[in-house]
Amino acid sequence: MYSLANPQRFMNLSGRALPWLAVAAAGVIAVGLYMAFASPPDFRQGETVRIMYIHVPSAWLAMMGYMLIAISALGVLIWRHPLADVAAKAAAPIGAAFTFLALLTGSLWGKPMWGTYWQWDARLTSMLVLLFLYFGLMALRGAIDDASRASRVTAILALAGAVNIPIIKFSVDWWETLHQPASVFRVDGPTIHPDLLWPLGVMAVGFTLLFFTLHLAAMRNEILRRKVIGLQLRRVDRAAAAVAM
Amino acid sequence: MVDLGPHAAFIWSAYAAVALVLAVLIAWVIADGRRQRALLERLDAEGVRRSGGEAAS
Repeated sequence: MYSLANPQRFMNLSGRALPWLAVAAAGVIAVGLYMAFASPPDFRQGETVRIMYIHVPSAWLAMMGYMLIAISALGVLIWRHPLADVAAKAAAPIGAAFTFLALLTGSLWGKPMWGTYWQWDARLTSMLVLLFLYFGLMALRGAIDDASRASRVTAILALAGAVNIPIIKFSVDWWETLHQPASVFRVDGPTIHPDLLWPLGVMAVGFTLLFFTLHLAAMRNEILRRKVIGLQLRRVDRAAAAVAM
Repeated sequence: MVDLGPHAAFIWSAYAAVALVLAVLIAWVIADGRRQRALLERLDAEGVRRSGGEAAS
């Protein structure tokens, strides 16, 4: 595991894994889409339940992406490992995209079911806060020139913002919300009929594979970007030395 | 075409939004990778190397 954390070794292994991961993501999502439209409508929500197959995986990945950043932040602050910062930086735009999709698809599901696109209830508002946290992490990193300082400061913000994850998860239990309570990850088991649960599970696996495909690719890009910046600085040093001679 | 009833527009809009956002995300990641590799190749062509003498790419 420790050897994987070496950037060069990571580049070699991820370069080999990436095509397989991408093919697996495309294949599982294709099967999931077929199942999503072949499954029966819900007895209460009718055909709109099909939005669940993209809304719920997006929401799960929005939270998982932030947890990945928070764990990476620990890697930055405690072990000061450069790959931890690469992982955190690469996950932010991907997590933000899935959070945006969870909010957008939830809104498009909410209008026919609740009669409104938006309600300032605890679940929806805490998800919106998550989107702002992602934007905040990206903006903060971009605002600090010193890469090492930017890495530490964004790691601290990421850890502070992690308190929002249990708030999102338990918001439907702690407060009165329009949003329905948890129906998959429950102590007494899922309350969704298997005909709807299976397509949801397959889509969730497909979206997760896509998330990690994009995250691995974005991490590789970030490693290359840091190499480019290092070499550009070296070129400037070399030019300055030539002028001084 | 699947008949999705009176709320079909909401369902198709949700799927179209997911397809569009994910397509943009995938395209951005691919384009970023190509940009970084092109920059590395240019630096390598200029003979800029790391202190150990390793080529830029």
